[in-house]
Amino acid sequence: MRARVLVKPKAGILDPQGQAVERALPALGFTGVRNVHVGRLIELDVEDPARLPEMCQRLLTNPLIEDYEIVEADCAAAGNGGGGGGVGSGAS
Amino acid sequence: MKFGVIRFPGSCDEVDALQACRRVGDAVILWHGDRDLQGVDAVIVPGGFSYGDYLRVGAIARFAPVMEEVAEFAAAGGLVLGICNGFQVLCEAGLLPGALLPNTSLRFIFRQVELEVVTADSPFTGTCVPGQRLSIPVKHTTGRYYAPDDQLARMEAADQVLLRYAPGENPNGSLNDVAGVCNEQRNVFGLMPHPEHAVDPLMGPTGGLPIFESICAHVADGAALV
Repeated sequence: MRARVLVKPKAGILDPQGQAVERALPALGFTGVRNVHVGRLIELDVEDPARLPEMCQRLLTNPLIEDYEIVEADCAAAGNGGGGGGVGSGAS
Repeated sequence: MKFGVIRFPGSCDEVDALQACRRVGDAVILWHGDRDLQGVDAVIVPGGFSYGDYLRVGAIARFAPVMEEVAEFAAAGGLVLGICNGFQVLCEAGLLPGALLPNTSLRFIFRQVELEVVTADSPFTGTCVPGQRLSIPVKHTTGRYYAPDDQLARMEAADQVLLRYAPGENPNGSLNDVAGVCNEQRNVFGLMPHPEHAVDPLMGPTGGLPIFESICAHVADGAALV
């Protein structure tokens, strides 16, 4: 399975990156934007998706400061990665 | 006494740490891929960018073979000092509570800061007096100390905050002006400022020296008891 792990700062923790983006948008005329948070996206092919939460807890995130969400990526091409690492999932 | 200073790929302050240790005792470099701590009395996890700081600062270094040994060493009461990136590594490894977040300014900060010793009740501050000022440089981008409110309150109650930025000196937005904390057992200590860069009068203030002297005195006391 192709999975995406979305990582973001835990709610309530000061996120200066998100604040900087939030302040920059109105300067370009994009008003009415609130609660901006900047995180990370990790994409990976996994044989056993059931192990994803453990991977997130132990390495991919620091649960003390980050929240995560596991999303199944577009798996229409279930060709199981014959060297296609770099090709990746085209934006669906 | 003998210090061991770990060298990871991407470490850059291990030589200064080695030199600082040698002002008060013997010191050797410990390679990250080895599992042998060479019988050292104290381990220093130095500053730098271990494993490129990929993923998160300290996240990969904690899985280095030598870190398994450090965890065992710490569990048996051995002294472990983490400086800057070393502090981040020890937090990621769960040997210290809390985590380091990007500075509130989002900028790399490099300057001298004034620290206050909160307590002398630790192997790392034993030769200091509470309230004593130490002038030590900081240089980091990810140094904002964070721990959840309840955990931080417990740490404060247990006197686990050993060093604070002096009033008005907090460079990074650390909660409670925390500059350095120890574990519950008080044998593992991490701090963002760099004591190893402040030991030679030729280079400026020597506020870092008491940290190394304290470790040395503690180990000597322990040896005297045996």
